[in-house]
Amino acid sequence: MSFISLAMVLLLAIFLGFELIRKVPATLHTPLMSGANAVSGITVIGAFVFAGNDMGGLAKFFGVLAVFLATINVVGGYMVTDRMLSMFKGKGDRNAK
Amino acid sequence: MQNEFIINVVYLISAALFIIGLKLLSHPSTARRGNLLSAVGMLVAICITLIDQQIVSYQWILIALAAGSIVGAVVARKIALTSMPELVSLLNGIGGLASLAVAFAMVVGGSLATYIVVILLIAIAIGGVTFTGSLVAWAKLSGKLGNIIQTKAMVFKGQAIANSLLVLAIVLFAVGISFVPQMTFLVFVFVILCLALGVMLVLPIGGADMPVVISLLNSYSGLAACAAGIALNNNLLIVAGALVGASGIILTSIMCKAMNRSLTNVLFSGFKEVSSVSTKIEGEVKAISCEDAYYVLEAAQSVIVIPGYGMAVAQAQHAMKELQSLLEGNGAEVVYGIHPVAGRMPGHMNVLLAEADVPYELLLEMDEVNPRMENYDVAIVIGANDVVNPAAREIKESPIYGMPVINADLAKNVFIMKRGMASGFAGIDNPLFFKDNASMIFGDAKDSINAIIRQFAD
Repeated sequence: MSFISLAMVLLLAIFLGFELIRKVPATLHTPLMSGANAVSGITVIGAFVFAGNDMGGLAKFFGVLAVFLATINVVGGYMVTDRMLSMFKGKGDRNAK
Repeated sequence: MQNEFIINVVYLISAALFIIGLKLLSHPSTARRGNLLSAVGMLVAICITLIDQQIVSYQWILIALAAGSIVGAVVARKIALTSMPELVSLLNGIGGLASLAVAFAMVVGGSLATYIVVILLIAIAIGGVTFTGSLVAWAKLSGKLGNIIQTKAMVFKGQAIANSLLVLAIVLFAVGISFVPQMTFLVFVFVILCLALGVMLVLPIGGADMPVVISLLNSYSGLAACAAGIALNNNLLIVAGALVGASGIILTSIMCKAMNRSLTNVLFSGFKEVSSVSTKIEGEVKAISCEDAYYVLEAAQSVIVIPGYGMAVAQAQHAMKELQSLLEGNGAEVVYGIHPVAGRMPGHMNVLLAEADVPYELLLEMDEVNPRMENYDVAIVIGANDVVNPAAREIKESPIYGMPVINADLAKNVFIMKRGMASGFAGIDNPLFFKDNASMIFGDAKDSINAIIRQFAD
């Protein structure tokens, strides 16, 4: 894909991000951050090619390292966000319980 | 070829799931579902990428995936929710390091076009700064390395010059590497310089400005992924990285606005001397006993609670919830007024109170409570100082003049729970304590609240 079309995707994604995140209420800002951490763990899919080659050497080592680190972000980020969000209850939820 | 097409179709679905997930985060009642959708998007993206034909051996990938999952799961389960600011800054740092590692693997992995090398160097730089910057932020928040890295702004002579030289060296190395990317040694030095820059940038920032720093580093971790995505020609990395980057930037700007400061001011004000304010505050500070506070609270029809970082330190949120129930049983209306920069990260107070089972409808933002402040019989300030400082409205010479604050002083009575008369993080006196309608309840906030609760029981 050409650099220009990648830049186009980037531009649109940034604008979309601004529109979406502006609507997140202040009360959810901490889960937003930890959830964003999990999403930034997407680097893991970029690391597979390097971790999975057979050439060995530095590239492979850093690829494996990246898979490991990014997986911590993905799993840790989503789980802790879920744990936090499960505690945000409204008055209605309380009565139903 | 066929595989590549399938992978890209699934990436499209993943991107859609991330976006819908974020959209559902706009309300507490749907937020949990949104997070789950986002996680599903991540899972399918990871699974489908594994069919990529460029991958020849799976052994190490699976080992790294398993090890990372175990570490992540253990941390997410074991962490105390009061340590969320520390955890988020650590995760920021890990994300930055992961992007750095991917970019590094690609640079040393093979022959690349010059513009790709430049983009990879940008990814390495952002990732490196994010990693060490987050580690310093973590140390400042947890206080675990208290004797090496202090919570307050750390400044030394010639720091500004040292930083400028560091940036200059980074740029020079970047230019050099883009000409001869084969020289792995140069890339190593470049990485080390970027890591050093991260430390230098966060050291001079004080603990109270951490909400801004964490948000900014959050955004960097996304931008690093984004840069890696451009170099790897991977659309999903770009979209996900941009979403994270945008989220961090918005939070950063909200935090800066809430302190009435520019980002430049937050990042570099550590270098300036704090101007001492000579304005004398007239009046007397009154202390009140928990028993007297109880009599006022018992008669109150409406109470507003304004928490700050001190509530997190004293772990007073559960006691406060108990007091809230007692007050409500007594016929009073209780709400919480939350300043955007109360605590050490965006939304810090909301998470603590949610943990203590306070319904989110009761957590009101500054703009909602300020117009009604005169109607509250009692305002209870727990461990907050600068965010309720009326000097921001009244004293032009004050360093925080112009900062939006919660106007606790306009309530009929104000109780301030505080350990002692020390000034807040900005290092300035708080005229609120001297107002006629204000009384101090000295001591640990949790103990004080429990003492009031016991009065209700009697």
